[in-house]
Amino acid sequence: MSEGYHIVVCAGIVPDPLQTLQPVQTPTGWGLKNEMMLPAVLDPWAAHALYEAAHLAKKTPGSKVYLVSLAPKAKLQQVMMTVAQKAAFELVPVDGPASGFTEAFEVASALYEAIMGIAGLDRNKLLLFGGWESASRGAGSTLQILGEMLQIHDQFQGVDECTVNPDGSLQILERVEGGNHQVSVCKGPPVVLGWATGNLPEPPNNPQIGMSNMRTIMPALQKAKTAKIGADGVFFGSVELPKQLRQTRVVKDAQVDEIAREILEWIRK
Amino acid sequence: MPEKMIDDVTLQTLPGDAIRQIMWRFSDRFDIQMLVQSTRAVARGPVARLVAEGARSTHDWTDQKAALFKHFDEAGITGAFLDPECGGMIEGPKNLLFALIAFELAWVDAGAATASLAGNLAFAPIHERGTPEQRLHYMQRMVPPAPGENRKPLRGAFGLTEPIPYVGVDTGALGGKVRIAEWPDGGEPILHVEKRGRFITNMDLANFVTAAVDSDDPRIKGSCMVILEETDPGIFDRGAPTRKLVHQLSSTRDPIFSLKVPASRIIGGYKIKDGVIIPNYSHGDIIEAVFRRTRITVGAMTAAKLLSAVEPVIRYQRGRFRGTPTVQPGSSRYELGLQLKEDTLHRLVDIWASGEAAASLVFAAARLFDEIDPLEREKDRILEQQGVSGAWAQMKVFRNLRPKAMEYVELCAQKPEHRDTSRFKELEQDPLVRYMVLDAVGNVLCPASKLWNTGHGANMMREALSLMGGYGITEDCPGFLAFKWMDAQLEATYEGPEAVQRRQLSITMTMDIFLAQFRNWIKEMRQIASRRPGTGACTLATAMEMWLWTLEHLQNATDANGNKLYHSPRQGVTFALADALCWLLASRYQIRDVLELEEKGRNNPMVAEGLDGTLAFLTDLCHVQSARASGEVGRICAELVHGYNRHPSWDGESCHPYTPTELDALESVAPGIAGGVAGHADIMSTEGDPHPCKAGPCVRFEGLETFTRMRLKLDGCLTGARLAKDRAAQALTKVMIPEALDYPQ
Repeated sequence: MSEGYHIVVCAGIVPDPLQTLQPVQTPTGWGLKNEMMLPAVLDPWAAHALYEAAHLAKKTPGSKVYLVSLAPKAKLQQVMMTVAQKAAFELVPVDGPASGFTEAFEVASALYEAIMGIAGLDRNKLLLFGGWESASRGAGSTLQILGEMLQIHDQFQGVDECTVNPDGSLQILERVEGGNHQVSVCKGPPVVLGWATGNLPEPPNNPQIGMSNMRTIMPALQKAKTAKIGADGVFFGSVELPKQLRQTRVVKDAQVDEIAREILEWIRK
Repeated sequence: MPEKMIDDVTLQTLPGDAIRQIMWRFSDRFDIQMLVQSTRAVARGPVARLVAEGARSTHDWTDQKAALFKHFDEAGITGAFLDPECGGMIEGPKNLLFALIAFELAWVDAGAATASLAGNLAFAPIHERGTPEQRLHYMQRMVPPAPGENRKPLRGAFGLTEPIPYVGVDTGALGGKVRIAEWPDGGEPILHVEKRGRFITNMDLANFVTAAVDSDDPRIKGSCMVILEETDPGIFDRGAPTRKLVHQLSSTRDPIFSLKVPASRIIGGYKIKDGVIIPNYSHGDIIEAVFRRTRITVGAMTAAKLLSAVEPVIRYQRGRFRGTPTVQPGSSRYELGLQLKEDTLHRLVDIWASGEAAASLVFAAARLFDEIDPLEREKDRILEQQGVSGAWAQMKVFRNLRPKAMEYVELCAQKPEHRDTSRFKELEQDPLVRYMVLDAVGNVLCPASKLWNTGHGANMMREALSLMGGYGITEDCPGFLAFKWMDAQLEATYEGPEAVQRRQLSITMTMDIFLAQFRNWIKEMRQIASRRPGTGACTLATAMEMWLWTLEHLQNATDANGNKLYHSPRQGVTFALADALCWLLASRYQIRDVLELEEKGRNNPMVAEGLDGTLAFLTDLCHVQSARASGEVGRICAELVHGYNRHPSWDGESCHPYTPTELDALESVAPGIAGGVAGHADIMSTEGDPHPCKAGPCVRFEGLETFTRMRLKLDGCLTGARLAKDRAAQALTKVMIPEALDYPQ
């Protein structure tokens, strides 16, 4: 495709996974303890989408990558200090909560507004990328709702690979049961791709790209529109972190074979 | 079950980037923030993995270690010093940037920090004093390759240190020699350089070396620095690896050079007068310009170590008893572990407070040099325009400018509404005056940050290790604390050992322009104390007054033998006072950083959420540290003021005990004196006894009443310091820490 793609990557931010995450009731509803103070990272699923987007854009001259992110802009700015050095993109920030306790429809609506506001965005070149899952609260529906709002009906979830065929069609590998992939071909944009982990490693750091990105990121952050996002009408019956199961025994002088046998037994259970 | 949010005014989380950016004044520098993040990714990724894999167990240079340079290049670390026109990313002075890079890398491993910045050190002589051609030539060739580009950048080493008995003891004495090998008619002289190096960083990979050499030829005047390249004709022997026990992720060798190089490699160029090559800069001129900047980054390394120890120690303390059947989740012993014991908490508070003070001091020094750098270039330009050249001529200019500089300092201390605004602006806009004023502080802050951070830092790292028990001295210790402790000792030594810093301080801290500013700082601390008494600023101000009084006293006083006290060879006096000053400076900048956070923190939503708690905790740390600093200063000053007076003995000369008869006589003019004197002076119990029967005669303080009053006041000023420590200790039991360290162990 000689004219290139307009790749819009939707990516939220989440607390750094090493942080202690403790759900708490706040005056505005559920949240995480000290959420604003915890360091954040780009949602890892969406980050894969960004790397795939950058890779595809590099291979397809004339392409442009937009990173649309709904998050508190002060936190987003911190996250950009790292992410901006990984790939060239134009940031479209929306100042709002990045909490896992927001409603997918409201988030999708805010992202829709932001995407529709991108000057010069060509729907016929549009590839809407995002994470298939999320590290905050994987509702798994935001990207699909957004795609519907944008009237994009070719939607793929759990994508691990997207190849451009010589005729401009896209061959897409989606994850299915048993570690297999479903192979689909669609005629091309517009299309929604909810990425799994993809196949690409994290791109090497490139400070030059970072400096170049920041020249547009900082003004964009300053002008970011505020979106009121919440979970109106949603009742959270209970909130808890996934349980960690730890079964530790201290056994002195255990033989390697014995340890391996026990592990196998445990897995088979 | 999730808990209700509690609005405790205490520290909620460990201070994050947003807080540090405000405190250390780079919240408006996204270019620096980016480099900090990319450096951190290298430190806590490839560097940490290398340490965890045991790469530090050999002093040999390995492929694994060499591979780090690819990461440094990608992160922008090795190219950080480059000017934008040569492919660099960051404009303007870079002292704060280098300090932050060193800080981030040393958070995990200071050897990596040293390796990454050694190229910068090698280039620094060319950057600071090289000719424009030299700067451009080497800068362009040192640009790291862009991702995907297959090109090897030039890497350098700084070659000053030589085997004993030459530099390392005194940088003025060089064993390295330069002679004229050939001098073709009308052509450029060819030099023959002989140099042996010791502890030269980056030697395994250096393509060029900036080497300090002395003339061994009457046709070359004095000393200079020359650039040696690996392709120059002769011997470029990288030498044997230095068998060092620390900083093993950096390459260090003892090289040998015997090379022929063109005279155009003399850094800063040269003139020819009467057939003699006169280098424009001696090696001393150059290393002074270099070290006054690069030493700061070394101080940043030890500061990072101290602050990096906090999280692993807290985690260790809390988890100490988990896993035994008798300690059940929910019990105090399970949740808090060793944090149930006050001593462990108090000691960690001390470590954290020292780390905060060290970071504040070193980043203040770095920022100051960022201010000085452009002023220094402007100064050089002005003086050149005026035809002023040479150190003596420059000193004369500055001597004439001294009254203006002192006036400027005085005006700085006045409130804007009370001072002569036009005069103030006039002086402020005079680059020479501003340079003089800032340079006077820079000449103190640079050695102070290097000396105090590394020396005291090494002591506190030992303390951090002790809090981990036996675990502390194992390779498995989270946070690599044992490595950091040993590394701190090297940092106290390289780029000028502690004695060098103390000697420099003993001179620069007595300069009147510095002391005038120091007096302003005392007032500043008093003002802060009136607004924020919890910071310990009042204690600090009293200690600062005591230090100043002691300095002035010692400059005029003599010891019991009539010998002068404050002069260069009397290092028992000068060095001790230099040490005392460092404590004060570190504490002052720590307080200022917390006030900066208080002022600006509310504008940042990431900081504002827990700001009150963060401020309360950091303020308590200030109080703890200022109390400790004041205690040190009080002890040192008291030793110096009293310690050089002869202790009285039971002889007529030094001891004058009252007799009961004398006291009875005095009762008639001063009723009650007999009882009063008993508490303060010696009284003979019986007429004719040689002296009262006790341990020794009492010391009298004639002429030292002011000092005695200060000591008493200083003791009183410690009021509340231990309560602050208790509060800070309690905060350590509540602060939320991550689930795991963000780098391997």
